[in-house]
Amino acid sequence: MKPTVHRSFARCRRMAGLALLCVLPGWARAAELHLPAAVEAGQAFSVHVEGSGEASFYLFGPDHVVKRTVSLGSDLQIQSSDVRTAGRYQAILCDSSCTAAMFDVKAAQPAHLSFFLHPSRVPVSSPGSIDATAFVFDQYFNLVLTPAAVEFRVTPASGTGFSREVSTRSGVASMRMDSTPHEGRVQVTAVLGKVEEARVIQQVAAEACGLRMKAVASGSLVTLETDPVRDCSGNALPEGTVISFTKIDESGKSTVDTPIKKGVARVQFSVHGRAQISVACGVVLGNEVALNGKL
Amino acid sequence: MKWGLVTFLAVATALLVALAWLQSGGLKQHAMFSAATPEEAVQALMSQIQNRNYQQAYASLDRSSDTDQASFIRDVAGSDGSLRTYSSLQTAEVSPLHGDRDRALVRVRMNWSSAVGSLDDVRDLHVRRDGSVWRVVWPKSALSAVPPQVLPVNYLSWDVIGRNPSQSWGGQEEVDAPKVRITSMNAISRPGRVVILGEVENEDTVPAYLNVNATLLKADGSPIEEEGSFDLISHVLLPKQVSPYRIDFPGVRMDAVKSVRMDARALLVPASADPVIAVSDQAISKDALNRNVLKGALVNQSGRPVNIAQVLAAYYDNFGKVIWVSNGYVDQALMPQVPVPFAVDIPDDIAARLKNYRVIVNHYSQSSH
Repeated sequence: MKPTVHRSFARCRRMAGLALLCVLPGWARAAELHLPAAVEAGQAFSVHVEGSGEASFYLFGPDHVVKRTVSLGSDLQIQSSDVRTAGRYQAILCDSSCTAAMFDVKAAQPAHLSFFLHPSRVPVSSPGSIDATAFVFDQYFNLVLTPAAVEFRVTPASGTGFSREVSTRSGVASMRMDSTPHEGRVQVTAVLGKVEEARVIQQVAAEACGLRMKAVASGSLVTLETDPVRDCSGNALPEGTVISFTKIDESGKSTVDTPIKKGVARVQFSVHGRAQISVACGVVLGNEVALNGKL
Repeated sequence: MKWGLVTFLAVATALLVALAWLQSGGLKQHAMFSAATPEEAVQALMSQIQNRNYQQAYASLDRSSDTDQASFIRDVAGSDGSLRTYSSLQTAEVSPLHGDRDRALVRVRMNWSSAVGSLDDVRDLHVRRDGSVWRVVWPKSALSAVPPQVLPVNYLSWDVIGRNPSQSWGGQEEVDAPKVRITSMNAISRPGRVVILGEVENEDTVPAYLNVNATLLKADGSPIEEEGSFDLISHVLLPKQVSPYRIDFPGVRMDAVKSVRMDARALLVPASADPVIAVSDQAISKDALNRNVLKGALVNQSGRPVNIAQVLAAYYDNFGKVIWVSNGYVDQALMPQVPVPFAVDIPDDIAARLKNYRVIVNHYSQSSH
């Protein structure tokens, strides 16, 4: 439920409770309600109510309201479905007069993990670039505020994995880690008891490093092909990365932005006279080739 | 009384026939086939093209024209889903260049309205006297023929699988948006406007759909105006691709601007790495109207037509700073391996200062790869 809905519902609940207490007289003669101070979410419980006859029972919770007619002098049953949401509850019992009591419902045992792993793509060898955050919930999706130990298991595509245990604070456990020097997928699994949630991020090559091309002449045409394009850790740049070739000769300037396919970028130019050809990948410059009009 | 009725019917019939003749363009046709001067001949031809009467326009051409009807229609009306097929001729300014008794050279500046704005097409047409009338000699279309061949192309594309909305919160995360970076930004003052220009790079390993917005701020930090780069940017950027951008603020004076807030927003989109379009034979020169232009040719290196192409050019000064960004649409389709010429305007003061330039091509194809 959205926080705004929560707020407006809580406001209505308070106003309804206040109105009920103000309108109904005879506060001094009210039957007493003895409720436990705290209850676990989803746990049914009963309360003995003294007196005789019938009364109206109201239960105002964080996300719902219950009205029931109860017999005084017997046990008042609070069903598990009435206390599934953690938070502060207000109980009101009215016969000829009204009495009220408050109690808290706390989250049950951890049963779900909401796990976020950012970013979904990260360049290799970037310190502190991966952020793993786990939120611990009970079976009714109440945030479990009592500290719990969440284990983060990191399994890279190559190399050995490792794990780190982090205790939750206010229901949240998080850790930061570096990306490794090798590209590929990295699986991170958040574990809490029998609950596991896995996410995958892609470690991708960083900027091109040592970009080089070679020229092969054929008639008035020259074919330029880069060496396999890699970053400084030796990882191949992804397919589709744009490589820019620029040729300047007697006919003017020619440019081709071509994607890497099968690890290399290839382009063909017709050359007129002396030519200077350069290659670049984004803001990274590669080598230059000078052709002296002899092909 | 009897003769009066007959006379009335005859006059009425003659009037109706004359009206129908005028209605069907008879006057224009008459003008075209009885053009007494070279300018009249070109003007009449332009009128027929404007009215999309291509057959009559072709029939009025001089017999020495080195073109067939299909090529002529393709030349003036466009083909293969090109921008010209979505355009209509708005105006044609005719001016004589030189001539003698039998031959003349006439310059026509055609202004076409299209889906992306108005486009100019300047042509110098030869006109020849044919008896008592002048006729236009239409040149053969410069389309070079590419021999039949099989072109192996490894198509590379990116698909995106979005988040499943039925999953609970945190149950399945969206893939991050691409990381883009504005690598340069320059604010300049132009007559009647402030212009923000520079370059932006897709630093990520996935394609990005990009928008660059700028907000001009006063000295107290309050905004003056916000604008986007609209079509003066390559919106789809492949990994490591760099695009120039230009944002115009008409009616804003530079002395009112204290600072500029830039905002580059990128979305992850499916994209294709093909077709690759080469930009060849780029050179700064003057066009027929003596304006500074950057000329060159686009070569579609794939095996399928590209319907609409847009050229974006960034100009740099001695220090490598972007000093201007201009664009131009090519109204011909880019057929495989066929060079198609382009020219984009450069303001005179920019042409005097520019040291280097870089051209990229935006393209649209009806048949996606």
